[in-house]
Parts: sequence; structure tokens; C-alpha cells
Amino acid sequence: MSAIEKGTELPLLSLRVTRADLVRYAGASGDLNPIHWSDRVATSVGLPGVIAHGMLTMALAGRLVTQWAGDPAGVRSYGVRFTRPVVVPDDDEGALVEFSGKVADVVDAEDGTRVARVAITAMFDGKTVLGRATAEVVVAH
Amino acid sequence: MVDTSFVGRALDPVTYRVGREKIREFALAIGEGALVCTDIDAARAAGHSDLVAPPTFTVTFTLPLITDFLKDPAFGWDYSRMVHADQSITLHRPVVGGDELTTVIHVEDLKARAGSLMLTLRCEVTDPDGAAVATTTSMLVTQGEL
Repeated sequence: MSAIEKGTELPLLSLRVTRADLVRYAGASGDLNPIHWSDRVATSVGLPGVIAHGMLTMALAGRLVTQWAGDPAGVRSYGVRFTRPVVVPDDDEGALVEFSGKVADVVDAEDGTRVARVAITAMFDGKTVLGRATAEVVVAH
Repeated sequence: MVDTSFVGRALDPVTYRVGREKIREFALAIGEGALVCTDIDAARAAGHSDLVAPPTFTVTFTLPLITDFLKDPAFGWDYSRMVHADQSITLHRPVVGGDELTTVIHVEDLKARAGSLMLTLRCEVTDPDGAAVATTTSMLVTQGEL
């Protein structure tokens, strides 16, 4: 990895989210809300169809950062706003979500580590689905 | 009608044991490729006592507690119309397999705006010695008025 500084861009991450991914995440996370697996329930509350768990989108966006920094144990903080739903069709292709990130700043923490603050963008269907998505992660000196 | 007397209160603590296989299952479900999340030898070689949980794993044991509270008729929240608006996680140290973690939900803030209710809940997660492990904050929105 070359020197990390303000403005450093993270490698892009493009992921397809299918209904099978939602079922798997529902089981692993314990979030069994039917808007994430039942079109009947999703449309009854005004959604266009089944949507991805916001927390799944947040977790996938987190992979952009852990993959780049190389260590999930190095994440100090992570926050997002859920601004738009990711609608997941009942087909084999699923929904394409594209993640990008840029280093907003790098600071030397009190414990001697170097911490990068990364601003993350998540795009689905030409629009952002996460707002103010920011992670603080330990990076190499 | 939401019972506003809950605002400012801390709910009863609940303890959760982090399972190694739960971490592995969660890491596979989100496609986390780091070996410290799925391979015990790799985790130990990196200096961890067990598998390392991906950063958002904390929500798997705090969100069900939040759901129980929001479905409690005593609070009066419309769970069926709820949207998760905002989530932040601060990790004071990584969560690893075998951790025994106690969560206390703090009902921090409740606001009404244009027919919506916005509720902020903060979860303080500690180890058996009382040391801070994680702080999570969730903002949840539903329909309603105060």
C-alpha cells in the first residue's frame, strides 16, 4: 500500500445483493423483519418491493474499508445514515451496489496508532443509499 | 401513544455470549474475507484470543434488544411503520469469540416532526469487569405524534 494521506482513494467494490443474500443475512443477524423477504409485506407498507437490510448495506460498505486497511480489528468507529432503500428483485442478478471511499484525514491517535477517517459512498440505481458514511480505521505508519 | 416518561431512562442490562460460530456465520453472510473473522489459527496468529467480529456484528445482539423494547406495548411505538434512519458504532476494542458482553439501552432522545417520531437509543456494551467494549447509537423513525 502506498502512503495514505488526505484524498487517497480506496479501491472500488461492486457487489450484487440477491434475495438469497438477504435470507442469509436475516438468519445470521437475527433481523427477521418481513420487509426483507416478503414482497407482500413490503408493498403493504408502501415499499416498491423487498429491500435489503440497512445493516447489510452498512456491513457491505464496511468491507470496502476492512479490505483496504487489511484488518477488521482496526475499525475504531463507523456510522451511516440510511437515506434510500436498496430494492432487491426476485431474480438471479439481484441489486448492484457500488462502494467507493476517500480518506478525509489521517491523525496520530494518543495510543501511537495512525487512524484514517474514510468517507464512503454507496450507489444503487444511480443514487446514493448511505449518507454521512464515515469509518475510522487504523492504518500502517 | 408513546410514553415519553421513558426518555432519559436506562433499561435493564442484558448479557450476551459471543459465539465463535456466530461470528463465522455473520462474516460469511456479509462476505467479509479477512481470515481473522473465519479462521481461528489466523486470528490467534494475529494476537487475538478467538475469531474477530466484523465491526457491525455488535448490532446483531443490540438490535434484538431494541426491537423487544419497541414492541413493548408499554412504550407505545408503531413498530410496523418503523424505519432505521441512522446507525453509528464506536468500538473501544474489537469484539471476539467468547466475549461475555452486557448491553444497557439508554433512551436518549425523542422528537416529533411533521407526523414522524424520531427516537435515539444508545447502547453501552461492557465486559464482565465493566470495561467499555462498544457504544452504538441508533436513530429510529416511525409515524406518530407526541
